Amino acid sequence: MNWFIKRIGQGLFTVFAVATLTFVLVRTMPGSPSQRLASQIREQQPNMSTQEINAMVAQRIGVDPDRPLHEAYIEYMVNLAQGNLGESINYQEPVFDIIARALPWTAFVMTISLLFVFVMGLGLGAVMAYREGSRFDVGSSLIAIFLSSVPYYVAAVILIYVLAIELSAFPLSGRYPSDVEPGFTLAFVGGALYHAVLPAASFVITSWGGFALGMRGNSIQVLGQDYIRVAKLRGLTDRRIALRYVGRNAVLPMWTSFLITIGFMFGSSIILEEIFSYRGIGYYMFDSIDNRDYPVMMGTFLVITICVIVAVLIADMTYGKIDPRVEAGGDNEAY
Amino acid sequence: MKRTDDDRATDGGTKPAADGGTGDVFAFEATEDVTTVQRYREFLHEAVYLPAREAWRDWRMKVGLFLIAGYLAMGLIAWISGSSFGIWEGVTIIEQPTSNQFGGFEYNNQPPFQSMEYPLGTDSTGRDILGGIVHATPDMLKMTFAGGVYVVVVATVVGTVAGYKGGRVDSVLTTISDVVMTIPGLPLVIVVATMIDPRNPWIIGPLLVVGWWAGLARTIRAQVLSIREHSYVEASRTMGITTPRIIQKDILPNLMPYIMVNFVMSARQVIFNGVGLYFLGILAHGSYSDNWGVMMQFAYTHASALLVPERAYQLLIPMAVIVGLSFGLILFSQGTDRLFNPRVRHRGSGETEEEGDDQVTTTIT
Repeated sequence: MNWFIKRIGQGLFTVFAVATLTFVLVRTMPGSPSQRLASQIREQQPNMSTQEINAMVAQRIGVDPDRPLHEAYIEYMVNLAQGNLGESINYQEPVFDIIARALPWTAFVMTISLLFVFVMGLGLGAVMAYREGSRFDVGSSLIAIFLSSVPYYVAAVILIYVLAIELSAFPLSGRYPSDVEPGFTLAFVGGALYHAVLPAASFVITSWGGFALGMRGNSIQVLGQDYIRVAKLRGLTDRRIALRYVGRNAVLPMWTSFLITIGFMFGSSIILEEIFSYRGIGYYMFDSIDNRDYPVMMGTFLVITICVIVAVLIADMTYGKIDPRVEAGGDNEAY
Repeated sequence: MKRTDDDRATDGGTKPAADGGTGDVFAFEATEDVTTVQRYREFLHEAVYLPAREAWRDWRMKVGLFLIAGYLAMGLIAWISGSSFGIWEGVTIIEQPTSNQFGGFEYNNQPPFQSMEYPLGTDSTGRDILGGIVHATPDMLKMTFAGGVYVVVVATVVGTVAGYKGGRVDSVLTTISDVVMTIPGLPLVIVVATMIDPRNPWIIGPLLVVGWWAGLARTIRAQVLSIREHSYVEASRTMGITTPRIIQKDILPNLMPYIMVNFVMSARQVIFNGVGLYFLGILAHGSYSDNWGVMMQFAYTHASALLVPERAYQLLIPMAVIVGLSFGLILFSQGTDRLFNPRVRHRGSGETEEEGDDQVTTTIT
């Protein structure tokens, strides 16, 4: 229990640190967003007074350029704590609303891809380890190495070219078919899945290899351990040995990589969603960079961070289920 | 250790003088010289030659090194061609590509393998694609190298200090690493890059992997935790050798192969992030031959290479070049397996036959 509290505290601290970072970037950088925004407004409405402009800037990005640093910081933090992420310059609506609409779609694609990456990577890695040295092992190792050296956006471009443009087997862009009403209907869910295939696939194809190679190495090492021999001598079923003895112990050292991959995937959604014009949170973040829409940029950055922290927390909790030593209050050495 | 080294050197040096009393200056210098040379030679043999010979037995290492060497050669060609330094002034092997460099519009969008003048074809404004690829290489390599060094140095310092010191230092450093690890890397890079708009490859490289050290630092810390319990480290401690010295002499050599592999993997990350950001125009100051990502962007947006099949090569060539470099890097890192594990090494040289493989495995994320 103590351990969970520590984890949650760490997560909150990370949110706090990132919020502070966004504040520092927005407020203090030379040519910072608040200054640029102020001059932008001045250009559009030349007869506005400085105070009015500052008030507008404060409303838009939650940082008043006029106030002293510490006061502005406290106000910014209070705003964030209330879920007020400011107002988009480009869309003229609260950043919170934009993110609330986009986030479920990113979470949808990310969950599908994470599941596939883990299942494929760990499963194939384990099979490769069991057949070490066979033609299957050598072949899949080579494929795994090659596919890991393909950047996910390159895979995305190739998938679009082959499957969406040349073969027209999958949609080129969008989140769901345009002729279907959003709702919990079969057509809508099916259509959404159909549109998610290519973005998810470009991630899965390029990421499973790393996990497969890691799992292969760990499993081979575990297979050589004495306790596996003992388990075999005890007459345990192969299935039980494979899952409980080999699988479990081989997965444990890879936990840090899992956690990093979650963050990596959310980050990569920026590039992927832009390529597929998939209106998730990454799409809006990219869009905000193109338009210098700082409130959206900072808001999406903050929300992506929070998502990663929540996902890592969930993963950490399940870690206790795989490794009972952690819940028993042991040291949390997840390597 | 330094003091004992010096002592030994003076001992060896003063002995002839004390014994024979000849006071031969040359003899003194000769002994000193030989010991230093011998020491270096021994070091080279132990630390460079033997591991290199071991690693060379692995085909993955051979292919990986071959590929990496190819890219280094490309960088060298570009450097020589663009350099105004000394004798390289007049030498141009491959020209820096410019619009319509071969003449009129008839040279636009020429497919590859048609002419020796432009072996890989030209883009939609008549620029030589091979020239673009080659001239983007030096900046690419600088960026990659800087990023890799940054990650490895920060992670090693944080990881070893946290692991060896323990206590409060450890918990502070570990918390910092945990926090940095959960901040999603690419969004952070993008936000910072739009704010400061870096131009120098030596700065862009580290920026692209700004938080990447955290995961590596955690792993190094875990390794140090197990190494510091070894009896030889304990012996050094009892002898009163200082902490920095123990870390440097007893702990770091054990981590070297691991650090090297992670240097390679973070280099690959720099390439992926860097090319991606140039491709999307977030690092948007590129001229055609600045980065392979810029070439991809030009092909994607200006030539619509995706929609016009005859122009697909403009996109495919830079993509193949990127994949080639990271393939070389990954093969190299996989090929160092042998260095990690004495068991694999023995099996390779046929000394013992034992099952078991990679003790430390690298995960590519």
